[in-house]
Amino acid sequence: MRMASEGGPSLANGPMWRSGLVTAAIMLPPALILFTVFVILPIGEAAWYSFFNWDGFGRPLHFVGLTNYLQLLGDSAFDHAVADNLLIIAVSLLIQLPLALGLALLLSRRQIGTAVFRLIFFLPYVLADVAAGLIWRFVFDGNYGPISSLAVALGAGPVFLLADPRWAFSAVLAVIVWKYFGFHMMLYIAGLQGIDRDLYEAAAIDGATARQRFRYVTLPQLAPMIRLSIFFSVIGSLQFFDMIVPLTGGGPLNSTNTMVSFLYYFGITRMRVGFGSAVGVVLFVICVTFAFGYRRLFMRND
Amino acid sequence: MTDRPAHGARTAQPAAFDAAAAFRLAALLLVAALVLQPLLATLFGGFKDLGELRTNPFGLPDDWQWRNYWDILASHRLWQVLGNSMAIATLTVLLTLAVSSMAAFAFAHLQFFGMRYLLSYLLLGLLFPAATAILPLFIKVRDLGLLDKHWGVVLPQVAFGTAMSVLLLRNAFRQLPVELLDSALVDGCGYIRYFLYVTLPLSRPVMTTTAIIVFVASWNNFLLPLIMLDSDSKYPWPLGVMMYQGQYSSSWQLVLAFITLTILPAIALFLIAQRQIVAGLTAGAIKG
Repeated sequence: MRMASEGGPSLANGPMWRSGLVTAAIMLPPALILFTVFVILPIGEAAWYSFFNWDGFGRPLHFVGLTNYLQLLGDSAFDHAVADNLLIIAVSLLIQLPLALGLALLLSRRQIGTAVFRLIFFLPYVLADVAAGLIWRFVFDGNYGPISSLAVALGAGPVFLLADPRWAFSAVLAVIVWKYFGFHMMLYIAGLQGIDRDLYEAAAIDGATARQRFRYVTLPQLAPMIRLSIFFSVIGSLQFFDMIVPLTGGGPLNSTNTMVSFLYYFGITRMRVGFGSAVGVVLFVICVTFAFGYRRLFMRND
Repeated sequence: MTDRPAHGARTAQPAAFDAAAAFRLAALLLVAALVLQPLLATLFGGFKDLGELRTNPFGLPDDWQWRNYWDILASHRLWQVLGNSMAIATLTVLLTLAVSSMAAFAFAHLQFFGMRYLLSYLLLGLLFPAATAILPLFIKVRDLGLLDKHWGVVLPQVAFGTAMSVLLLRNAFRQLPVELLDSALVDGCGYIRYFLYVTLPLSRPVMTTTAIIVFVASWNNFLLPLIMLDSDSKYPWPLGVMMYQGQYSSSWQLVLAFITLTILPAIALFLIAQRQIVAGLTAGAIKG
């Protein structure tokens, strides 16, 4: 995001320079202080607290070194949470993004009804995760939910998807696709609309088939947006939390935790500040490593 | 963006075109049905009684139970959680706009040694997941005496929203013609008066977009209020609806009505301001 223009007047010194300095001294501190106090300091403190066994009262005195991290390594619930995060990433990349791209292709040009379809597909993204989670908790409910009622009407027994450790997380994954594909579709539509139409005409004149036009015009032109959408998918998947609480609460048998819901249920609700901070640090390192690595590798020129 | 008709200059055979169009429409309708079904089931489920939820899962209610909705609308509870959400979101928006427009102005127009580093420092906020530091944040808010107060949610929200807002606003402020600022300064108008009387009035669109992004994020926020707020009377609607579900878990029809009523404001806002919201959310994301 570097802009070539130098915004202000270039008055090297004198009264304007002085008044500029005063202005900066007035305008910058509120943002910088808030950001430092509520974002940067807590991250540093998380690293510090993660070496202690602390219930949050008094001062952290009981230094335990790497114990919290070692405990985390051997914790099967945490392993499961990490695996669930990886599953979310896989489903986002392999199912959600192709679906979003396909629908974007169908809706990128203005035809009758496209506006309505775009609106409908974007709607789940606008809903709060909690509301979406509760709605789907009802849909999956074994006693009163539509899916179970349908199963009963077809002669099968009632289905308790979210109570079954084998199926609960698949159900959660379905809800994730439902909730977020519309956002990625909008990104792709924005990207498709930015493609120069002349490229298609040139390709058509050269006798390219529809498949070839997609392969050699659309995909390369859309690549920056695809890279961006993958970036959001992965970062969002790593931090996934809100919908777990209304859907499953991490259960049954801790089979549907993500790293953040693990942090919530095992760190925050039990006030294990050191242990929870260690989870936070692990998450932080994963996210930041991914963000920097991905940008360096794939988004250099975007 | 010029939108061309579906197949441009190509002369497709009518029959082939119709098949493609039919397939396209069928696919779109199928996805639309899958997207809307849970939402409609929620809306109409709120009008059914418990038994009918089971016997008539997909149809319209046979016997419309308006009472489900009226009782909730007449209760203090719904308005309290919506009011709390409104208060938190409004404070967050106003404070975020104030703080980040000032910083954005300084970053856009003033060049001093170190400004670039300060901006990079602030933009680190785009990378950090809020959840990582949630425990230390809780302790900090507690030590500041803000636990179980709306400010305890508002201030961290502002802090986490600052990076993106500064980025959006700074880019917009830099688009304003530099000559304006030059001549204003020569005429003896100080930076701050220029900011108040020129920059801000000229930046209404980007301020609106930023306000909408921040508002939606605050309105839907769950984790921060979950951790910072204790008393029911302070809960914003996401906590309120969770609590309601916990309390009436055996009466899904009431829970569905409550969910419907709490998501209506967001849906209404979306339908009214969809252009800004879509542009804002995707632009915010792209900038992020």
